[in-house]
Amino acid sequence: MAGPRFAAARPFRYPRGHGLTDVPAPPPRKPVRWHIAVFLAPAAIVYTILMIVPLISTLQASTMTGDAEHRAFIGLGNFVTLLTDPRWSASFWNAFRNNVYFFVINMLVQNPIGILLAALLSNPTLRLRGFYRTVIFIPTILSFVIVAFVWKLLLSPLWGVAPMIMKFFHIGQLFQPVLGKEQFALTTLSLISVWQYVGVPMMLCYAALLSIPDEVLEAAECDGITGWSQFWKIQLPLILPTIGIISILTFVGNFNAFDLIYSAQGALGGPNYSTDLLGTFLFRTFFGSTLQLGDPNMGSTVATMMFLIILAGVCLYLFGIQTRLRRYQF
Amino acid sequence: MAKARSSVFRSVASHAILLAYTFIALAPVIVIVLNSFKKKLAIFSQPLLPPLPSNYDPVGYVTVFSRGNFPLYFFNSIFVTVGTVFFVLLFGAMAAFALSEYRYRLNTVVGLYLAIGIMIPIRLGTNAILQILVASGLISALPWGPLVALILVYTAAGLPLSIFILSEFMRQVSNDLKNAARIDGMNEYKIFFRIVFPLIRPALATVAVFTLIPVWNDLWFPLILAPSESTKTVTLGAQIFVGQYLIDWNAVLASLSLAILPVLVLYIIFSRQLIRGLTAGAVK
Amino acid sequence: MMKHKGLLLAAAASMLALSAGAAFAADPVTITIESWRTDDASVWNDTIIPMFEKAHPDIKVVYAPTNAPDYNAALNAKLAGGTAGDIIICRPFDQSLGMYKAGQLLDLTKLPGMENFADSTKVAWQTDDGKVTFCLPMASVIHGFIYNKDAFADAGITDVPATVDDFFADLDKIKAKGNYTPVDIGTHDQWEAATMAYENIGPNYWKGEDGRKALIAGKEKLTDADWVAPFQQMAKWIPYMGDGYQAQAYSDSQNLFSLGKAAIYPAGSWDIPTFEKANPDLKFAAFPPPVPKAGDKCYISDQLDHAVGINAASKNLDAAKTFVTWMAGDDFAAAYANALPGFFALTSHPIKVTDPVAAQFLSWRQNCASTIRATYQILSRGTPNLENDLWAESANVLNGTDTPEAAAKKLQDGLDSWYKPGQS
Repeated sequence: MAGPRFAAARPFRYPRGHGLTDVPAPPPRKPVRWHIAVFLAPAAIVYTILMIVPLISTLQASTMTGDAEHRAFIGLGNFVTLLTDPRWSASFWNAFRNNVYFFVINMLVQNPIGILLAALLSNPTLRLRGFYRTVIFIPTILSFVIVAFVWKLLLSPLWGVAPMIMKFFHIGQLFQPVLGKEQFALTTLSLISVWQYVGVPMMLCYAALLSIPDEVLEAAECDGITGWSQFWKIQLPLILPTIGIISILTFVGNFNAFDLIYSAQGALGGPNYSTDLLGTFLFRTFFGSTLQLGDPNMGSTVATMMFLIILAGVCLYLFGIQTRLRRYQF
Repeated sequence: MAKARSSVFRSVASHAILLAYTFIALAPVIVIVLNSFKKKLAIFSQPLLPPLPSNYDPVGYVTVFSRGNFPLYFFNSIFVTVGTVFFVLLFGAMAAFALSEYRYRLNTVVGLYLAIGIMIPIRLGTNAILQILVASGLISALPWGPLVALILVYTAAGLPLSIFILSEFMRQVSNDLKNAARIDGMNEYKIFFRIVFPLIRPALATVAVFTLIPVWNDLWFPLILAPSESTKTVTLGAQIFVGQYLIDWNAVLASLSLAILPVLVLYIIFSRQLIRGLTAGAVK
Repeated sequence: MMKHKGLLLAAAASMLALSAGAAFAADPVTITIESWRTDDASVWNDTIIPMFEKAHPDIKVVYAPTNAPDYNAALNAKLAGGTAGDIIICRPFDQSLGMYKAGQLLDLTKLPGMENFADSTKVAWQTDDGKVTFCLPMASVIHGFIYNKDAFADAGITDVPATVDDFFADLDKIKAKGNYTPVDIGTHDQWEAATMAYENIGPNYWKGEDGRKALIAGKEKLTDADWVAPFQQMAKWIPYMGDGYQAQAYSDSQNLFSLGKAAIYPAGSWDIPTFEKANPDLKFAAFPPPVPKAGDKCYISDQLDHAVGINAASKNLDAAKTFVTWMAGDDFAAAYANALPGFFALTSHPIKVTDPVAAQFLSWRQNCASTIRATYQILSRGTPNLENDLWAESANVLNGTDTPEAAAKKLQDGLDSWYKPGQS
């Protein structure tokens, strides 16, 4: 091997001179998938700066006590107070129970109606679909101020439409001032919320139903499956992921619900706290009321508890249900 | 086959249910709009009566247009709403693509991190948000600064839900399509913008609608970030008529009736996109 | 790009010159007022501000109210972020005290004009020891009953009721005739039950300031007879209230009275212009809360309602001080009191009120002793908040959900859980 030693290109040779050329070269290093970071970056940056950082700065007050002058760290002390002090826990659990009831009514009434309407609208031979779709969605675009005002007006015992209509049907004596009675107020407000938000499950399911290709439905019809059984056996299973999304959105939305009760019943969730939800309880505690200064410490504690409750529900859904859902691709 | 799907009975029943629900949905709204044209006392004494010469009174609309600059408020609201929807869709779809398409170690963690925002109301962080935005100089850069600040805050608030919904719909886009494009040598960005993005148009339209409604109707952040006369939104502008003890019902109803129109128009535009996207059909 | 460079430079130079020139001109300073009184926007914009700007052409004033429910929260956020206005309208007692302690309000004790106000009017805007005043008093409101003259005539009532027995006798007459709702109040919004019922008729029982101060000192309790008696009277109102009053909101009560369908409206004086504007044909007048027994001394709830303070972080402190000093003068007091009948000026100099019903309310100060609402000073500092509790329990009493004794006990228990008299 004498000869000039210079760094000329030499063909790669395996040691031992086997001459085996079908052994593969060492794999090249995997390229860094920058595109993942690029896709995630804008959202992550805006979200972190304007949502996560402020929330952390607020919620860390839940571990503190005292006002601006004397702040002291007390760890989980506020949480213990919230859950064990008779007054705090009574208010908290009352709000929680009311919230659960509110959620149940929404799940049982709002979502089935929304899915039903979407199913009806997805029939391609139905006339006036565009009209129905637009009109039925209108309550969802209204602001809470209008919704609260109009339903307070319609249900008002003084000038309400409801007593007028009921007297017309001779059931006038059954009329109750529902928004002022403990037994009825929460149910009434839950139904008003249903009225406002049916458009959401309707729209999501409609989009999902329309993305089922016609061939699938036509094949079903060739097999003799039509009408209701077509809905139950073919369409419903295919839109289960969407129904999952709707359920989780209803859950999160209901446990954060605040604006409607606040506009209709005020921050105290009357009558006698029967319509007090976690959201109104939080608002009252955190921002204070007419005479009382807001309490950022206990307020953040309530907010953190709400977050944990919602997180528990969402995790239950994500890991218990969503991973088991079958997704179909078209 | 067409016969099986369009029996007369089914058609009549469908229309009956839909009409009944349309009535339930629309009647209260019509009550509001009609009452906005009546005298204040007539609103309460005869709420169901339409505006007749005896009780007609457009004083609400007169007040709305003479007090405060409502055309400007409408413009501000539209600017903020459309801007927010644009960024929520763009950034949200990009992030949703990263979450649904690629498998990498932190995928679930990132997904959960981004989903936290759905679970907590952003209102709680108001003080810190205001401080951050004041430090950035946006709040004092009238008249566009506060509006841009609003867009940023609403984008941050709307991204979690947008990513959550869009990633779900993106998982349904056929893998074969994307892999075929990769074999053809397309880079990931082109795959996202040219193939996936158009295919999820229905989901994009849905997210657009869900984003624009709370942004349009929000009172709180315009109150904190953009309260000055030149940057007010419609919802904030309407609040001047709601007094501590005395509510100018005519003006409130008039301004809120007017506020329904732009949202309705935006909704119709987006839902047409939804249909166009769906009927365009999947590319085979 | 190059050929535009010259143009850009010229534009920049001229802008610099213009702005420099503008800085030398007398730039009007603009000060902003933060308030929850969206109701008063037209009064400020049409009457008060032009009056001030005429006297002080170098200061421009902008009245920028926030709607009442969001005012406290929004103001706190803006103060924390440094974007709040220069002038802040102050709520009475703890809300403003907290702001002063946080360094957000300026100490106004020595402000020229503060001497126009008696100590009793400043107590809502002072530190507990009375040494520092941080807001200049603006107006108070008086409580009583407004009645529909036609309704009284229809029921054959010639004199306003002086005692509680007269009151219920009159209610019986009105109810028997059946043409008008006797007592026009609802419980849906809850606060009227506390403010226009309990705190309205209460002072006659607990003897005004004596009772209120004894409560703070711990010498009296909410469960004492004098404090339960108003609840007992309220429970007797129930048969005289309208159908479905549980869902009757505050604006419903206002509209019912404006439409001329109600006889007696438990009132705060601020509602006078409401009725005058809503129905100019309505004939109404007012009477003070009836006393328990003939010959008893009468007491009225004369509540310090709002005051004006200065944002300590304001960049226009001099202009702000000029403005507040001007508000201490008689020009402002007269204009304000007459533009907003029902809000009574607090300056020591007597102000003539032209509105007849407002003048009636004001005249009660001659014969009856004034007191402020019992829950407002010190007693609503802790949690549970006594004012909130009072709202809920007053509504419960009017709804029949709680007996007067049970309601009073709940209130006292709540107060006892955090309040130790003598320590504030």
